Amino acid sequence: MNFPILSSIILLPSIGALFIFFGKETTVTGKQIIKYVALFTAFVNFIISIYVWYLFDNSTHDFQFVEEKEWLKGFFNYKVGIDGISILFIVLTTFITPLCIISANNNIKFRLKDFLISILIMESLMLGVFCSLDLVIFYLFFEGGLIPMFLIIGIWGGNRRVYSAFKFFLFTLLGSVLMLIGIIFIFLSKGTTDFIKLYEMGIDPNFQNYLWLAFFSSFAVKTPMWPVHTWLPDAHVEAPTTGSVLLAAILLKMAGYGFLRFSIGLFPAASDFFTPLVYTLSVVAIIYTSLVALVQEDMKKLIAYSSVAHMGYVTLGIFTLTQQGLEGSLIQMISHGLVSAALFFSVGVLYERSHSRLISNYGGLATTMPKYSLLFIIFSLSAIGLPGTSGFIGEFLVLIGVFKDNFFVAAIATLGVILCAAYMLWLCKRVVFGNVKNENLIKIKDLNKSELFILTSLVFPIIFFGIYPEPLLNTIEVSIANLIDTYNYNLNFTNKNNG
Amino acid sequence: MDKLNFIYPEIFTSLSIMSLLILGVFKKNSSSLINNLSVLSLVGALILILNYPLEINLNLFNGGYKIDYLSSYMKILTILSGIFILITSSKFLKVLKLFQIEYPILILSSILGMMVMISSNDLIVFYLGLELQSLALYVLASFNRDQIKSSEAGLKYFVLSALSSGLLLYGCSLIYGFSGSTNFDQISSAMIGDQYGLTFGIVFILVGLAFKISAVPFHMWAPDVYEGSPTSVTLFFAIAPKIAALTVFIRFLYVPFINVIDQWQIIIIFLSVASMIFGAVAAIGQKNLKRLIAYSSIGHMGYVLAGICTGTNQGVQSSVFYISIYLIMNLGFFSFLFMLKKDNKYYEDMDDLSGLSKNHPLIALSLLIILFSLAGIPPLAGFFAKFYIFKAVIDQSMYFLAILGLLSTVIAAFYYLRIVKIMYFDQEKIIYDKDYNLGLKLTLIASTIIILFYFIYPSKLIEIVSKIEIII
Repeated sequence: MNFPILSSIILLPSIGALFIFFGKETTVTGKQIIKYVALFTAFVNFIISIYVWYLFDNSTHDFQFVEEKEWLKGFFNYKVGIDGISILFIVLTTFITPLCIISANNNIKFRLKDFLISILIMESLMLGVFCSLDLVIFYLFFEGGLIPMFLIIGIWGGNRRVYSAFKFFLFTLLGSVLMLIGIIFIFLSKGTTDFIKLYEMGIDPNFQNYLWLAFFSSFAVKTPMWPVHTWLPDAHVEAPTTGSVLLAAILLKMAGYGFLRFSIGLFPAASDFFTPLVYTLSVVAIIYTSLVALVQEDMKKLIAYSSVAHMGYVTLGIFTLTQQGLEGSLIQMISHGLVSAALFFSVGVLYERSHSRLISNYGGLATTMPKYSLLFIIFSLSAIGLPGTSGFIGEFLVLIGVFKDNFFVAAIATLGVILCAAYMLWLCKRVVFGNVKNENLIKIKDLNKSELFILTSLVFPIIFFGIYPEPLLNTIEVSIANLIDTYNYNLNFTNKNNG
Repeated sequence: MDKLNFIYPEIFTSLSIMSLLILGVFKKNSSSLINNLSVLSLVGALILILNYPLEINLNLFNGGYKIDYLSSYMKILTILSGIFILITSSKFLKVLKLFQIEYPILILSSILGMMVMISSNDLIVFYLGLELQSLALYVLASFNRDQIKSSEAGLKYFVLSALSSGLLLYGCSLIYGFSGSTNFDQISSAMIGDQYGLTFGIVFILVGLAFKISAVPFHMWAPDVYEGSPTSVTLFFAIAPKIAALTVFIRFLYVPFINVIDQWQIIIIFLSVASMIFGAVAAIGQKNLKRLIAYSSIGHMGYVLAGICTGTNQGVQSSVFYISIYLIMNLGFFSFLFMLKKDNKYYEDMDDLSGLSKNHPLIALSLLIILFSLAGIPPLAGFFAKFYIFKAVIDQSMYFLAILGLLSTVIAAFYYLRIVKIMYFDQEKIIYDKDYNLGLKLTLIASTIIILFYFIYPSKLIEIVSKIEIII
């Protein structure tokens, strides 16, 4: 495979953005062209990424489609490649982006051109995060995403958009600069930041704890873990629908991906050492944010808090370091990517129609918007993790992994599932069922074609992977197994050295 | 005197200053011509520098004048900044009715002074260059003489600068008294054991130099002078004297005094940390863009000093790299300021940028990129500059400095973001004139493109800079 297929996946959205940059928004045809160019680029990228998944070899844990190019002479190389862990995130990203663009084409009322450029550049950067095999390249993509997201929240957001955008930017930046120190330190002590080589070399256990904390500070903010999650509800609530979807579905996954790749892979001794910390924070996040979600009056805020809780399962699963736990958290991430995107789109649909996100303003949608209500209930149930939806597979595997490791933690975490059911079902009850609350809701229109398309295309994978998760599990199995092997090998190695 | 051809650039510049002065006096209404000829003579000096191989290492005039890679590179930077300043500011000066023959000539003589400073390897030669550049700068600061603020800026700069020059001279005399020479190389060989007199001398000279690059706590003049001077002069202040003073900093600390690094390292670390944090915090409350950029430049000088305090070649290279990127970003920022014109009035308050992105999307986009780069967000050029600085710092195990520095970038990000917020999130207010001249447009576009696409091919500038080896 000589064709640089991963680089083209990364670059293609940016090229699309460049075309849009030279387009004219002022004329009607110009606007149409811009919309179609954006949609076309994102869709082609999706096709290519599916093709890559098709070509992907499940039976090996080696990185595939590796491209390496001299970038900063003598220091860093541009190196990309994928294994079973990253391919799923790439497909998720390229799948969510076209849906975001369809939604934006209909809902964004001003400066559509700038919006589409931001989204496409965002896609490039996110794909870069999942493809990169070099810490510095990873950092570039990871941090670069701040700029378009800041603009998306700040320009097209709600009333408190400025506050939220600043909070989002400064929180994430503060976490990341410490990671930068860690990366520079690794480069200076090992002479490379290529992490395939770093996996082999291992990192001196004396420094692992500090480095782990430096990386953790960045990923914990981005995940987000309790108690640094406070930026997330603000950012979600104020961001436009599309922005919330991107944030919840993909941006948060970059942190989970970072935990898998770096915390576990590079610092096994430290991960072992800090597991109780992560357990505690995750369990607190699951219980605390679920309780907070129960009392929310704003739908978006409720879903945002539920995201924090769901990401709690992800971090919990990752640090069990069992095959089930890791596979579970990966699937939980993919599933949460789909489900939270769907829920945010759903809230967006309501907000478009009656310009309110307050739960108390709705009720009885089942009679006025039957199609919408059906889909909304399916999404809520999959957020709870009902068997038959993708949410179930992830949570179930995570909980099995945790039970193996620590019964007490598992018991508390299971409590979270019940709380999740409580707030999601209560949300459904108040919004979908009951009496029609006010006159606006009587005249409310059901889903139009594009909304129906977005939501059904999300229902399909949620149900499909819920019933038949084999394609996902097959893809990640070998890579996860290898990750655990490397982890155990390095851990034993360092333990032997220490004593 | 067969080595005289190596100082052709200096000779050529001084000859052009004299002839341009005569031409300007005898020819009426020749300011435009003089401006263009000044640009040409700077280009000529640039060509003369590039004419000999940059890698040579020569001592001229009994070792008092040094031509090496560092000096050539810094001279090229200074001259380039001079060229761009003259290109971008002509329209601005015409509007303010300051477009006189003295302006380009003063800039030229200041640049000549800087070139002497950059090459100096002797305290006397260094002082000579310093005074030549400063005298021109005093006049330039108060160039808009009908404005009280401008006169105030000139006077303030003159008084404080004279004070710092006094301290610097006192330091020079101490060093001469204790080492018996003013030549850097000979001071180096006279440094035996602990000599308190020399340490005192170093401190005094560092104070003088810190004043010139406006490092905290010798920064007090910068915001007032930046605000009061005409914007084109502010641009000059923000770039050129810093390049020259930085070179002297490097040469002065690394040639004679590298062996007593433990004596001066802590001073530089203090200057660096104080500048980074103060620059970041104090800029938050500013309303005027020129004052803001003054504080931001104080912060940036903190990062440059962080590179210098490492005491390694790598640290020096990273500082030089930083100042090169800083030059590009500032050129972009100021050419943006030159575009905020309406009805022959230039706007320089932050609120005047309100909603700029609606009516002037391209300019706003350029400033957005420049600001994120100043804040050091990847993948823009400013990130690489900071990255190299902190790489050098962490290499010397100065983790504390690195952590403080990176935390201050987060604080600094706040006020850069605030400008972005005003431009992009707020309601539109003023529609500015769109009659930019070609030089202005080109400078803004070029600096934006360099900053934005630097990450695609980052090795070239690093390669160039890494040839600087001051410690052999």
